[in-house]
Amino acid sequence: MTALVLIEIEQGQVRQASRSAIAAASRFGDVDVLLFGEGVDAASALSGVRKVLHVPAAPHLLAEPTAAFIAQHAEAYSHILSPASATGKNVLPRVAGLLDVQPLTDVIEIKGDDTFVRPIYAGNALVTVQSADRIKVLTIRSSNFDPVDATGGSAAVEVLDLPAEDEKSRFVRVELSDSDRPELEVARVIISGGKGVKDARNFETLLAPVADKLDAAIGASRAAVDAGFAPNEMQVGQTGKIVAPELYIAVGLSGALQHLAGMKDSRTIVAINIDPDAPIFKVADYGLVGDLFEVMPELAKAL
Amino acid sequence: MKVLVPVKRVVDYNIKPRVAADGSGVETQGVKMSMNPFDEIALEEALRLREKGHAQEVVAVSIGPQAAQDTLRTAMAMGADRAILIRTDAELEPLAVAKLLQAVVEREQPGLVSMGKQAIDDDMNATGQILAAKLGWPQGTFASEVIIDNGSAIVSREIDGGVEVVSLTLPAVITADLRLNEPRYASLPNIMKARKKPLETIEAGSLDVDIAPRLKVVSVSEPPAREAGVIVESVEELVNKLKTEAKVLP
Repeated sequence: MTALVLIEIEQGQVRQASRSAIAAASRFGDVDVLLFGEGVDAASALSGVRKVLHVPAAPHLLAEPTAAFIAQHAEAYSHILSPASATGKNVLPRVAGLLDVQPLTDVIEIKGDDTFVRPIYAGNALVTVQSADRIKVLTIRSSNFDPVDATGGSAAVEVLDLPAEDEKSRFVRVELSDSDRPELEVARVIISGGKGVKDARNFETLLAPVADKLDAAIGASRAAVDAGFAPNEMQVGQTGKIVAPELYIAVGLSGALQHLAGMKDSRTIVAINIDPDAPIFKVADYGLVGDLFEVMPELAKAL
Repeated sequence: MKVLVPVKRVVDYNIKPRVAADGSGVETQGVKMSMNPFDEIALEEALRLREKGHAQEVVAVSIGPQAAQDTLRTAMAMGADRAILIRTDAELEPLAVAKLLQAVVEREQPGLVSMGKQAIDDDMNATGQILAAKLGWPQGTFASEVIIDNGSAIVSREIDGGVEVVSLTLPAVITADLRLNEPRYASLPNIMKARKKPLETIEAGSLDVDIAPRLKVVSVSEPPAREAGVIVESVEELVNKLKTEAKVLP
């Protein structure tokens, strides 16, 4: 059996989430990776990859041509994977639609070639399913799989032609938030703010100094995003990003079910909240009951 | 233009789901059910397109048991003009749902399908993409803004680290993300009015669509519980414990 993994490049490197998907794919047998655009050297150097399928001149992974291309090459593979990244979630279910198979998204455990575990109901339940489809299309929750090494391999590269443009869909522009901080999905430490942080400026004045000291990513609860304190790409939770850092510090954040679904697999959880009955304390390893407006400056100083 | 809005009846988002004792699924008997929150957002967007004059008719469609009528009445109370129930008692997977929706699209010929990015029960986030693939239509997933302009939809999409803007030639499928809009509440007069709006029922079996499951549920279980830890008294104690006990700080 051979698996195909759609990988993504960021700043010349293969994204860690993509390397986790390769690790997951290696359970099934040989692994080929599919790369659109630049980064072929990084892809070829990946550990545990048999072959790189490279489509050089395709900078934007629009779902329509990308999915059509993968579907065209799918019959050579038993499994098609990607991380459950924005791109993976956009493209792979469309591939499944073209192949007429039922995709499985956000897989957290592989029990066999056809049996997988995934969370449902915001992680309040785990379902184990067995797929009868001839090709399994999976997106992988990257925090549940240790990534393969970025180096050490020397995979063969096969250059393939750009898929025909789909004239019905056109890239207009991308607006990336510029930040020196690590990304939420790969950060070793995350500090997240909730509604208790009260406004966007406090994210900068209270959370950022602690994040700077710990080289942490900054996250936010859905309530904080809804209230306009933080942009949506910072959202941690069922409807945002799923993370599992070494250390997760929840600040002024009550711990709604949908938020816990996104961070409860973190190794160590710290909760700072003025309300001693906040549900976040039920999952926190260390709780500090106090006013975050006093605690956070003190914490920044103590680190 | 006609906008089709698929709406799913799910366990209300305020209810903590309980895994059935026999591990067969999640309890839904006697549990409060509501419209999937992302579908409310998708419906709201369709209503706004009608109010701006881009759409003339908003049609809600639900696939499920007779009780899914309630969800469709809610959709009409929010403002949908009419509703279609594709009736089935079977548990359907997204692939089957997409195929049934495809049949409805072929019958209704909408210029746009506006749907939630995921249902909060199975969290699959796949039906819109599969439907777009089946129809050969472009897709604008995880939408945070939709502008209709001269036969195209300009869609801002939530991506890792920012926003991507794509231009889609209509007809298209759009899946709604959280920030797209704030859905309206149904007023009492509109709830009354919705009772008189047309609701058509079609038996899923009459649509000649293969809805056989591809997945077998082996088991459903509770995730491992996380134990509550300790309450510390000061920042100093916290930092100390993170260094010496948890060893997550140098």
